[in-house]
Amino acid sequence: MSNSSKKMKTYYESIIEKGYSRRDFIKFTTYMTAFMGFEASMIGQVTKAMETKKRIPVIWVHFQECTGCSESFIRSDHPLVADLILDNISLDYTETLMAASGHKAEEAKQESMKENYGSYILVVEGAIPIKDDGVYCTIGGRSAVDILKETAAGAAAILTFGSCSSWGGVQAAHPNPTGSVPVDAIIKDKPIIRVPGCPPIAEVMTGVVMHYATFGRLPELDSLGRPKQFYGKRVHDTCYRRPNFDAGLFAESFDSQEAKEGYCLYKLGCRGPVSYNACGSMGWNNGVSFPIKSGYPCIGCSEPDFWDNSPFTERLVNVPGMGIEATADTIGKVAVGAAVGAAVVHSLATNIAKKKELREAEECGEENEKNIKA
Amino acid sequence: MANRIVIDPITRIEGHLRVEAEIKEGKVTNAYVSSTMVRGMEKIVQNRDPRDVWAFVQRTCGVCTTVHAIASIRAVEDALDIVIPPNAEIARNIITVSHAMQDHVVHFYHLHALDWVDITQVLNADPKATSELAQSISKWPNSSPGYFSDVKTRIKKFVDSGQLGIFAKGYWGHKAMKLPAEVNLMAVAHYLEALEWQKEIVKIQTILGGKNPHPHFLVGGMASAINIDEAGGLNTERLAYVGQLLKDAHKFINEVYVPDLLAIASFYKDWGAIGGSKFNNYLSYGDLPTDNYRNPASFKWPQGVILNGDLSKVHPVDLENTSEIKEFVNKSWYNYKDGNDVGLHPWEGETDINYTGPKPPYNHLDVDKEYSFVKTPRWKGKPMEVGPLSRMLIGYASGIPEYKNVVDGALNALDIPVSALLSTLGRTAARGLESKLLADWGLEFFDQLIGNIKNGDTRMANMEKWDPTTWPKEAKGVGYMEAPRGGLAHWIKIKDRKTENYQMVVPTTWNASPRDPEGQMSAYESALIGTPIEDPENPVEILRTIHSFDPCLACAVHLYDEHGKHVSQVQLDGSCSI
Repeated sequence: MSNSSKKMKTYYESIIEKGYSRRDFIKFTTYMTAFMGFEASMIGQVTKAMETKKRIPVIWVHFQECTGCSESFIRSDHPLVADLILDNISLDYTETLMAASGHKAEEAKQESMKENYGSYILVVEGAIPIKDDGVYCTIGGRSAVDILKETAAGAAAILTFGSCSSWGGVQAAHPNPTGSVPVDAIIKDKPIIRVPGCPPIAEVMTGVVMHYATFGRLPELDSLGRPKQFYGKRVHDTCYRRPNFDAGLFAESFDSQEAKEGYCLYKLGCRGPVSYNACGSMGWNNGVSFPIKSGYPCIGCSEPDFWDNSPFTERLVNVPGMGIEATADTIGKVAVGAAVGAAVVHSLATNIAKKKELREAEECGEENEKNIKA
Repeated sequence: MANRIVIDPITRIEGHLRVEAEIKEGKVTNAYVSSTMVRGMEKIVQNRDPRDVWAFVQRTCGVCTTVHAIASIRAVEDALDIVIPPNAEIARNIITVSHAMQDHVVHFYHLHALDWVDITQVLNADPKATSELAQSISKWPNSSPGYFSDVKTRIKKFVDSGQLGIFAKGYWGHKAMKLPAEVNLMAVAHYLEALEWQKEIVKIQTILGGKNPHPHFLVGGMASAINIDEAGGLNTERLAYVGQLLKDAHKFINEVYVPDLLAIASFYKDWGAIGGSKFNNYLSYGDLPTDNYRNPASFKWPQGVILNGDLSKVHPVDLENTSEIKEFVNKSWYNYKDGNDVGLHPWEGETDINYTGPKPPYNHLDVDKEYSFVKTPRWKGKPMEVGPLSRMLIGYASGIPEYKNVVDGALNALDIPVSALLSTLGRTAARGLESKLLADWGLEFFDQLIGNIKNGDTRMANMEKWDPTTWPKEAKGVGYMEAPRGGLAHWIKIKDRKTENYQMVVPTTWNASPRDPEGQMSAYESALIGTPIEDPENPVEILRTIHSFDPCLACAVHLYDEHGKHVSQVQLDGSCSI
């Protein structure tokens, strides 16, 4: 490590300097442990990790994006984003928030990359257009693909924040005019953690960062490279309207009496049954709501190729109706084993594996509806 | 000989923006503004279900995360002749108002302030004097000497850590930084508070649209059904939550944002004579209907145009008149079928890219040729500035009392003439003054919603024309609204129940576009001319003027190359491009 790292404060030091006691600190790490889903026996380990880790350098690059992921990131409630960037990580480059512009911004990035070679986290927001030598996204006169390769070279790991850098996103929707691809189409030799969503939930993004900052290792991933703690369950399985689905109580139209009663939105196109995300369990904006709770069918924004799985308000032809035992992995393995990349594969597998159960569930639901109407 | 400087990336904006400026004798003498990213949104939504398009085009911008969706559903509703229920109109207004307040505050503190505030000066500030200053301008409770002392300590520890993160390489110690140390400390304290507040106000969108960023919308109204007696709908608790957030916002805007704005502005009054566009034309489509979107006379934000800075007359605007708004591509990387010197009304708009710029990596754009992915819109052939300043000026020129009150109040407080508004300072001030109005309007709209529900009207959506079999074979519409950054409009043509053509003219298209066939500059370029530059190596003055527009570049660029030019062979050495 370079000399400058000697001056860096650990998380523990910074929190003590803010006026907290060690007792407060232990309480906090207990909370963090619970938040991260670990057993109580791990509290000691979390405490030690936070006492000794340096603030982790993070370089956040922006390509074909709408900045929605950065916007979501700054909505984080726990940790607060101000605490995160002042106390936990060192956000050495992000075009959204950094003070410097132009060559001074570039200088800051180059210095951090050099100083922290091999140890910084690279966050990528946005997709990378590769058509026509990458002329459809240039920054500082250089193409996105060029910048991605350069910044990835010294990264310890890459976090792809959002569906664009994870799957290609909206610009990769048919006909993909600029030849947009996700990060893993270009970078093959680094650990890549996919954090999809359009955008991802704030606390999911900061949670992944905190996991690394706290434990010094990457979170456990599913076969598509997503952290299990956030993407392990379908929205359908954690949806508070699920009992209505099971009982066959569906809203057939927006603003209908059924919609006002909070019936299931499956017949209005809800993608909850095929979407792996934490909307139902964590909720958005510190748990205030999520689309279904506010009356809108899920559009499956964390899933690969969801943009081309439209019209969004058209009912899915094949929807698994099974219980919460399923994860993307257990479903996927039935048909393809450890999956490579494409989520088309996993949604297909989902459908094949569960078609029969689906049909039964639908018939059951329709029967229920008849009884209600009668 | 002029010295050409390049600033790329311009940070603290949405998207990718590049400025090339020529400097002579300490002033900008020429400027070229370029957007260097394109995605092809307009092409991607072709042939899709018009009821889905809002979700795609919403992703043109995650900073102004509601505005494209609203413009889109309005365009479809206009085409299909759908009138939405009053509650849906109010709910959309509440979303627009809450979003604009959040966006303006984030812009001021997190995107713009670091052009004026020197964070390193915080270390020289006296917390007691800062407390006195804060208490003299506001009754905001976080203002004790101990509070500011804690903030100062926190910043000191951060600086001492040696890891400056987002504050590394800022324009600290620059001669153009004029604030006393105490004002810097107050501003930095509020930078941190604003970061916490902005995540609260957006919860209004989470309640009404399910999430933020990118809440959901519905052609025909809103899907957040009202049911004050059920857990599954917009019930009493949900409504009270919205009301509380609007009250909190009112307090934050009036006790933190506006006092800070005026305090900081009072040290930068010279910027009231810098950074105005040279043409002084201002456009607002208007928004926030108090009656109905189809009745622009009922708008809180009035519609109209001001020409040549003449505040005695407001000209009418017609977005459907094909001779008023036209887009040009003579300096942009596109081709029009009938030649690139004509302008096209958006209903007839085309989207074929023809990138003729340099192959990356490059040092300079060839500005004598095409140099941007932004098209150039004109109103009756004239360049227009859009944004909060345009809205405030049109409200002021229209003689609306609440506009007169806030504008005159600020002019008196700063002791500057109304002409000083046509500037970088004016643009930044207008954003804060508008927020003051928005904070009042948010509470008004909320009361109206409660009143309607009380009277038994719980309708949120009009589903009569939801079924595409009820649609005409062909239809066309325009949906417009006022985004935080200015007037936004989407034009749609529907054929056989699919989107046939879709065109967006967005605020930053108006402001950041390249020159038109007559050589007229658009607002960014024009505003930069004459900007004093103390140190060409650290051109913070250019950032002040560019940021005063609140750039939003992914919005400005959404065009597509169907017949993209193939530039050369793929190279794999990593030093160039693949």
